[in-house]
Amino acid sequence: MIINLNNRIEEVVADELTVNGLIKYKNFTFRLLVTKVNGKLVKTVDRDQVFVNDGDTVEVLHLISGG
Amino acid sequence: MNSYNVDCIKMTQNELRKKLKEKTVGIAGCGGLGSNAAIALSRSGVGSFVIVDFDRVEESNLNRQYYFREQIGKKKVEALSINIFKIDRSINIEAHAIKMKPHDVKTLFGKCDIILEAFDVADAKMMLVESVMEQLPQIPIIVGNGMAGIGGFELLKIIKWAENVYVCGDGISEVSENLHPLAPRVAIVANMQANLALELLLK
Repeated sequence: MIINLNNRIEEVVADELTVNGLIKYKNFTFRLLVTKVNGKLVKTVDRDQVFVNDGDTVEVLHLISGG
Repeated sequence: MNSYNVDCIKMTQNELRKKLKEKTVGIAGCGGLGSNAAIALSRSGVGSFVIVDFDRVEESNLNRQYYFREQIGKKKVEALSINIFKIDRSINIEAHAIKMKPHDVKTLFGKCDIILEAFDVADAKMMLVESVMEQLPQIPIIVGNGMAGIGGFELLKIIKWAENVYVCGDGISEVSENLHPLAPRVAIVANMQANLALELLLK
């Protein structure tokens, strides 16, 4: 499937993946993320239940310590 | 993710202060980001604050946070209130010395016009961003993200990440044993947050 991930068009070799599955697929090693699919917040606790499908827009914000 | 730019807002000092006097800013975390942003917004004329931090001032905080030697040991929300009152005694401050949980977010910040995320730990940042997006989608939140170290001024930017979420910082410089948060860069990001808060409050 083709998705828009953080403003980049990407081909993902899978028919469907959960948000957590996509994070693993992309090897995002950062633990503290906020995620949106098609503009809608997907909370940390929901990432195993929400699926990413062909044509979806996924945005991942990586939060880092310091302040 | 889009870079966020607006034109400079022009208005008279009286008009500016009159408008800002009616505004309430929520500040989550009163460390390097929160204390410096609160001082900038107080000097600018913001009328009310809700400040939240469970911590006390430590000697190691004085390299970047808006506190003073004689305030070591005081609760940060108390010390910050004193420092704000030294600038303007008429400012209203609601201070909460608690560790914020998701269920506190709406109660504490529901009446705010804008929220500044100024926690130091990424877990707390994530909790607040998710909670505000879910519980208070009508209130803008400005996140501080990535400001450790020295130099790299040109890497600091503002991104509009969601309808009500703005992110200030470089997004990469995480605090670690070899990468410390220091006054200049932390205060720059705190003041980017404060400056953006003013823009959004006056829009």
